[in-house]
Amino acid sequence: MTTTTAAPLRLEGVSKHFGGVTAIQRFDLEVAPGEIVALVGDNGAGKSTLVKIISGLYQPSEGTIEINGEQVTFRDAADARAKGVEVVYQDLALVDLQPVYMNLFLGRELRRGPLRVLDRKEMARQTQQLVEDLDVRIPSARALLGDLSGGQRQGIAIARATHWASGLVLMDEPTAALGVAETAKVEEVILKLKSRGAAVLIVSHNLDQVFRIADRVTVLRRGTQVGTRPTAGTDKNEVIGMITGLSS
Amino acid sequence: MTTTAPARDADREAAPTGRAPRALRRPEVGAAVAALAVLVFFAVVAEQFLTPSGIGTWLNSASRFGIMAVAVAMLMIGGEFDLSAGAMTGATGLLVGVATTGYGLNVWVAVLVALVVAVAIGALNGFLVVRTGLPSFIVTLGTFFVLQGIDLALVKLVYGQVAVQGFSDVPYFDSVRPLFGGVIRVGGASISVSVLWFLAVTAVATLVLLRTRAGNWVFAVGGAQASARATGVPVARTKIGLFMTTAGAGWLVGMISLFQSSTVQSSTGVGDEFIYIICAVVGGCLLTGGYGSAVGAALGALIYGMTRQGVVYAGWDSNWLYAFLGVMLLAAVLVNNWVRQRAERLR
Ligand SMILES: Nc1ncnc2c1ncn2[C@@H]1O[C@H](COP(=O)(O)OP(=O)(O)OP(=O)(O)O)[C@@H](O)[C@H]1O
Ligand SMILES: [Mg+2]
Repeated sequence: MTTTTAAPLRLEGVSKHFGGVTAIQRFDLEVAPGEIVALVGDNGAGKSTLVKIISGLYQPSEGTIEINGEQVTFRDAADARAKGVEVVYQDLALVDLQPVYMNLFLGRELRRGPLRVLDRKEMARQTQQLVEDLDVRIPSARALLGDLSGGQRQGIAIARATHWASGLVLMDEPTAALGVAETAKVEEVILKLKSRGAAVLIVSHNLDQVFRIADRVTVLRRGTQVGTRPTAGTDKNEVIGMITGLSS
Repeated sequence: MTTTAPARDADREAAPTGRAPRALRRPEVGAAVAALAVLVFFAVVAEQFLTPSGIGTWLNSASRFGIMAVAVAMLMIGGEFDLSAGAMTGATGLLVGVATTGYGLNVWVAVLVALVVAVAIGALNGFLVVRTGLPSFIVTLGTFFVLQGIDLALVKLVYGQVAVQGFSDVPYFDSVRPLFGGVIRVGGASISVSVLWFLAVTAVATLVLLRTRAGNWVFAVGGAQASARATGVPVARTKIGLFMTTAGAGWLVGMISLFQSSTVQSSTGVGDEFIYIICAVVGGCLLTGGYGSAVGAALGALIYGMTRQGVVYAGWDSNWLYAFLGVMLLAAVLVNNWVRQRAERLR
């Protein structure tokens, strides 16, 4: 690890305590450029907590985070975004009372002119383009987000993260609400990100999906990292055993 | 680009139908219709209502409530309340009154000091709300009582009475007065400077809300705070800024009433905080945040000002005003509730 290109993400000894509860216990992981790592584990294992630590929403109780070889301390999500960390949150982080285009650009609104006023037209135009590229079928970029279906909402959250993605993309169960065709489309998008050289950390309960797209899989059980395997060197049974703690 | 049209039409069929045209979905539409109805109503029942002096009177009344209603509406869109907003108008006026007449401070300096104090209290309100995560309803209720207590005790301490005395005799009073308490003659009508302030505040608030990034963040933090935080919106900064804005508006209205009447009572503004909220809600603000408009709140205040004076001109018992207010509020809440259900449908 001397002069090779720095990893988009490196976690070392990351722990998180909520009061007396330990949600994450000494977690280590490195994700290389163009690599897809799946994070799996049962409900409450700590997957979303880990995602939120990397995205700046939570601060780790212990341990270090490195982005592209640089140690970082994120005070909030804007800090992480500035370092090229894009996220699809499990709860999607959308605003129902705002139009679709504003949800895509929230926090980095496009502005124009010397007075730096919001460029709604351009945001709506780019959004239309984006959702068409991703095959997210929505009535219009100006539709109220609250009027969309669950799958459409998830599609918007994914479009938002992938549009700007260059370095690191975190996805917390991105296909949970999607149909078969939509899931395939999202997987295609994730593979495209990979070919662009982005690092992807994806949380999924769908092991078939994990084996379809991930290069490696790392397993959390009640906050403790049980192990990390290349998907080519393991199988579903072993991973299930690691998740549940029962050897099969 | 035109090739995408058929696909989008197909999508539209699957989308919720029966939508009102975009213009009719603006939050202030209901208030605009109501304002027109109130105007016509009083024009018919009260002769004086549309005379130049009548118009000047209800516009002045509307402006003092409107400046606050617009600021409170922004705060409500941002998901918070400020129950100290009414007391703030009294407190700032008293501060200037007491500092000048009681302690001989230059009136210009006193006016600026009052602004700084008001904005600092607003910042404290915001800081407490953001830091503790407590409902702003409770935090600002505390501020409200503190301000009211100080108002009453301070004036009594200095004057032994409940109102500031001799304010119009302080040096430089006449040089500040045109700014806050001035009157402009337009045709036969005397229009208070406060009406210009009202227009300016409404215009600036509208521009900020609809055209700037900060304004967009106001909608986001009020509509879905966790989502706003997750997308990197500076939630704390936005909210504290809103509380400071409301307090600053309180200062402006405090100065307007002080310089219009040359005196201020220790009870000035107390109870008005609910009028501001009512005006904002009548103007289309949701109590739950994330939705509303400055123009709507301004129209809400216009309705209030017209009714307040209209009832007097019609020669009715002025207590009817409260009954009317209650009806307006209920009607507005019902309309808003319908709007929100629309937004929450199809989840
Ligand atoms: N803000 C918080 N305060 C206190 N405890 C928390 C907080 N966030 C998460 N936890 C706890 O940490 C543990 C891990 O939660 P987390 O949401 O990370 O699980 P998860 O692996 O994402 O589960 P799922 O598959 O259900 O999404 C849980 O026991 C949860 O109750
Ligand atoms: Mg989770």
